[in-house]
Formats: sequence, C-alpha cells, structure tokens
Amino acid sequence: MEEYKAVKVLNYKGLSCPMPIVKISQEIPKVAVGDVLEVQTSDPGSIADFPAWAKTTGNAVLDIKQEPGLIRIFVKRQK
Amino acid sequence: MDAEKELLELKARLDEMPGKENKLSMVVFSGELDKQIAAMIIATGAAAMGMKVVMFYTFWGTAALRDPGKKAGGKDFMSKMFGIMLPKGRNKTKLSKMNMAGMGTAMLKGLMKKKNVASMDELFEAAGALGVEINICEMSMDLMGFKREEMIEYPNLNVVGVATFLAHAKESAIQLFI
Repeated sequence: MEEYKAVKVLNYKGLSCPMPIVKISQEIPKVAVGDVLEVQTSDPGSIADFPAWAKTTGNAVLDIKQEPGLIRIFVKRQK
Repeated sequence: MDAEKELLELKARLDEMPGKENKLSMVVFSGELDKQIAAMIIATGAAAMGMKVVMFYTFWGTAALRDPGKKAGGKDFMSKMFGIMLPKGRNKTKLSKMNMAGMGTAMLKGLMKKKNVASMDELFEAAGALGVEINICEMSMDLMGFKREEMIEYPNLNVVGVATFLAHAKESAIQLFI
C-alpha cells in the first residue's frame, strides 16, 4: 500500500457538509503546487464530494482510505 | 470569407452567449430556516468549488439579514408591524414544516448541534470568508420597512434591484431560486 507524503494533516473529524470542502478550499492555496494534504474526516459524504470538488477546481484526490470511524483523503494541489 | 474573420466572428458570438461564467446566482425568496440553510450550504459549497457566488435576498428572505442587535427609527405603523411579525435575523427563522409552535425548530437546532452540522452563524462566516456576495432587494426592504442600518455586518453586502440580479444571472452557469 502506497503512503503519500502529506505536508500537513487536517483534522475535519465531526464536521459535516459543506464544511470539509469549505475548509479544504481555504487550505489548498496555502500549500505549494504539487504538495499533498491529508484530510481526516468522519463525514461519509466527503468520499463523493472530495473527488467532485477536485475535478471542478483542477486539483487531485490521490487516494481515499477508509478505516473504522475514519476516512483519510489525500489531496494534491495541481495548480 | 477567410478563416481568421470567421474565427473572430465566432469568438464574438461566444462572448454573447449566456451562462458562460463560472458563477452561481441565487435568489433567496424564502424566509424559513430549512430553506435558508439549504441556500447557505449551496452558496458556501459553490464558493469552495471555485465559483463566484452572488446571492439575492428578496421578499421573506430579507428578514434573515436583520441584525437582532440593531434598531432603526423613523418607521411608520405598518413598517413597525412588519418588524414585529417577521423574524429578527437568521437565528429567529422557523421551519417550513413541523415547526409545531417552535418545538420542531428547537429540536432541529438541537440535532444540528449534536450532529455537528454548521449553524447559520458558521455558514454566514464561511460565506463571508469565501467572498460570497450578498445583495438585498431594495423594493422588498422598502415594502417591509427594513432599513439598511438594521441589516447585518457582512463583508460584501449591497442593496440592489432586479436588474442587478438579471445581469448576474445571465452570465451565470447556474441560477437557483430558493
């Protein structure tokens, strides 16, 4: 299993729609193009929403790992 | 006809086409809590998706933009009555269904807190931070006797007319009426 080197881990546990994508949209401009952020969330809606957000904003979701009670989403700034 | 001229003509026509901008124009007509939450979630979500978001509060929607801590004087009898009858701000609105004399609304707010759903205050704060524009219909404010000085502090708040909405809506990829 490939592990991504995240420059920062963002704790969005407990937050629900639309806050995870609201927060990631504010965090992504703070990192460099090519950097990876790890988002930790408990919101199942994020599994569909992060790829949709990434597609629209031109960023990339590298991987979504689902663990019991925790979803880890690896987001890469593309532009 | 040479290709370059044709291309320029095509480009000019493309510029004239409606809905080409990555923008969401939304009319918030309803004053009920559930509809106001839906409006704010879509607005903040769209802004997070990189869209420019312009909201137009009209009719019953405008009452949600009142600041409960502010007062405006010089109102006539009808304006005062409207002021009393309509919710004073976004935290005083009621559900459109199952309000049950306020019990339903209180229960929903309790549930939202328990499930950590963003409150109206948090949604407005996020909207402000994301640059969501809020416009209030001048005619609705006048009709209900609301004054600019009793409206909320918000980074991007303007009082406008229908032409402003239409100008934005024409250019927007998405238009919504809530």
